[in-house]
Amino acid sequence: MPDSLVIKNLNASIGDRPILKDFSLTVPKGEVHAIMGPNGTGKSTLSKVLAGHPDYTVQSGEAFVDGEQIIGLEPDVIARAGLFLAFQYPSEIPGVTIANFIRAALVARQAKGAPFDAKAYYAELYAKMDALKMDRKFTSRFVNEGFSGGEKKRCEILQLMMLKPKYAVLDETDSGLDIDALRIVSEGVNAMRGPDAGFLVITHYQRLLDYIVPDRVHIMWDGRIVHSGGKELALELEEKGYDWVKKDLAKA
Amino acid sequence: MAEIDDNLAQREAIEVDRSKGDFKYEENYAFDAGVGLTPATIDYIAKVKGEEEWIREFRQKSLKIFQDQPMPTHWATADLENIKFEDIRYYLSKGQKPVRTWEEVPDDVKQTFERLGIPESERKFLAGVEAQFDSEAVYSRMKEELEKLGVIFCGPTEGLRDHPEIFRKWFGKVIPAGDNKFAALNSAVFSGGSFIYIPKGVKVAQPLQAYFRINAENFGQFERTLIIADEGSEVTYMEGCTAPKFETATLHSAVVELVALKGAKIQYITVQNWSANVFNLVTKRGVAEEDAEVRWIDCNIGSRLTMKYPGVVLRGKRARGEVLSIALANDGQHQDTGAKMIHAADDTTSNIIAKSISVGEGRSTYRGLVHIPKTLANCRNNTECDALLINEHSRTDTYPAISVRGRKNSVQHEASVSKVSAEQIFYMMQRGLSEGEAMSLAVNGFVNDLVKEFPMEYSVELKRLIELQMEGSVG
Repeated sequence: MPDSLVIKNLNASIGDRPILKDFSLTVPKGEVHAIMGPNGTGKSTLSKVLAGHPDYTVQSGEAFVDGEQIIGLEPDVIARAGLFLAFQYPSEIPGVTIANFIRAALVARQAKGAPFDAKAYYAELYAKMDALKMDRKFTSRFVNEGFSGGEKKRCEILQLMMLKPKYAVLDETDSGLDIDALRIVSEGVNAMRGPDAGFLVITHYQRLLDYIVPDRVHIMWDGRIVHSGGKELALELEEKGYDWVKKDLAKA
Repeated sequence: MAEIDDNLAQREAIEVDRSKGDFKYEENYAFDAGVGLTPATIDYIAKVKGEEEWIREFRQKSLKIFQDQPMPTHWATADLENIKFEDIRYYLSKGQKPVRTWEEVPDDVKQTFERLGIPESERKFLAGVEAQFDSEAVYSRMKEELEKLGVIFCGPTEGLRDHPEIFRKWFGKVIPAGDNKFAALNSAVFSGGSFIYIPKGVKVAQPLQAYFRINAENFGQFERTLIIADEGSEVTYMEGCTAPKFETATLHSAVVELVALKGAKIQYITVQNWSANVFNLVTKRGVAEEDAEVRWIDCNIGSRLTMKYPGVVLRGKRARGEVLSIALANDGQHQDTGAKMIHAADDTTSNIIAKSISVGEGRSTYRGLVHIPKTLANCRNNTECDALLINEHSRTDTYPAISVRGRKNSVQHEASVSKVSAEQIFYMMQRGLSEGEAMSLAVNGFVNDLVKEFPMEYSVELKRLIELQMEGSVG
């Protein structure tokens, strides 16, 4: 499928512990899919495996970004192929300013030696920061160093908006956010929705999906999708709780 | 021997910078002191240079000190034992006198400096340039308005000949021949380097630059630099160094003496990128008189072993001393660097910030000496040394020696060791940076606050040198 993020029968483990078990999912471009599920079910592993994290081993299966197979590629190659991961716990990079970091990421996407339009870059950066209600002073702060939880998540969304990937995986982006920050971050994501981007939103709680309304909701349990539905599935899950998943869906 | 296509060399002159020093030209020398070091070697050098008798005697006395002093392996690395002094050539020159236009520089030498981008930077931002090829300077030029103000910028041979009254007063006074074994070696065979005098009250706005190039194999470069900033004057001096890669060891052993008289300011900047076969054993010290300031900015990249601890003797009241040091040790390299601050008057302040990066199996060592005797009052020192380890086998050691006495003095020492974590690298790679780009971004971040202190042209160069080092460091 040329215009989709396709994950096919993915089996992956950390050490000798299997986590993803024949995981399959397709996110067509232009759609927002949510993955919900209890802790320890493999949601974060899925995001790391797709991004090529070296700690995980893929036993079998494939994943495609618009038809390009990405499993086994280096993380930077996967990123440049168009997959972005908004981290649940983004790393600090002391001494590297946000402005320089995003700039380096954009330069890495250009042909080697191509000129960089710094003026246009800053104009865009400032516009996106305004949209995310981030102070201009933020550009000269070091990446994630001394950031509050909300600032870190906003910084992830700023990078997402600047790098404009084909597909973005948002890993528990709502964790650590108060309601105002949640609204701002969601507005950022919603502004990016459109025919050119697909989103995979990983979350434990339904709350985020009030703001980023998904096209499809998938319930993950023990390393695979056990149930899929429309946005109302998230509400059902909220109401019945994950015990319902354990009792009914896991058996299926 | 390398044959250089003219067109290629000319085309590259614009693009190639000091980070690309690994090339050489054919050797043809009119004056060659031969291999090994004996009193006859000294006499040969003194004769070729046409030096006065007192200098020849000074050289011979220094040779004796060098031969009598043991190798300092009781505290320094045993790798020093691998220097084969008997295989080294101590003086090589084409018999040239330094000329004042690049057109007059012999073609092969000129191409070397063009490939390193020197004439280009002179046009852009320097007040004066001196270029040394093996033992002697081939080019020396300073802006005319500085000459009119009485600024002197030449080599020590010319300094001795033309300005003996200033030269003799200060030469060997900050760093006597007996200071250490390698200062003695330099005092015996020194050739090339800079002699600078800034008259009272003259503030030289643009930097003076010297460029040191080793071209011959088995060669020892022993330049000697003496800078005197008279009362109330200011000067920034920058030096760059490269050598091609040889199979055998090459020795670079310089002595640099700075004298900042009352109220003067000297800033001395080094960006060296030696190839991995060079033993780089350098003694650098400055004296700061009342209200004077001596500032060393020292970047050590490359070499097999670097031992260098720039120091400041704070001799007058309210004198200030500073060392900002960056060292990057790659595979097979040992950067043994640091700083010395000797407080010798009241109200003196000193600041040391040293950052080291160890890559692969590289090793960095910080040695610091801070001395404040109890007879003094209101002296302050601040020392920060931070080490960054890139790989599992990278190594760093810190040996601070702080002796602060008396109740009215204060000292502050901070040290840290950090690592670039796998999660940081993954995070950066997820944004599209290659592993090498991610590493060099992390390293540039680590040295970021120090690099800001550099003149812009040098911070750009340093950033590029770091990127070059990091590119090769990942599989």
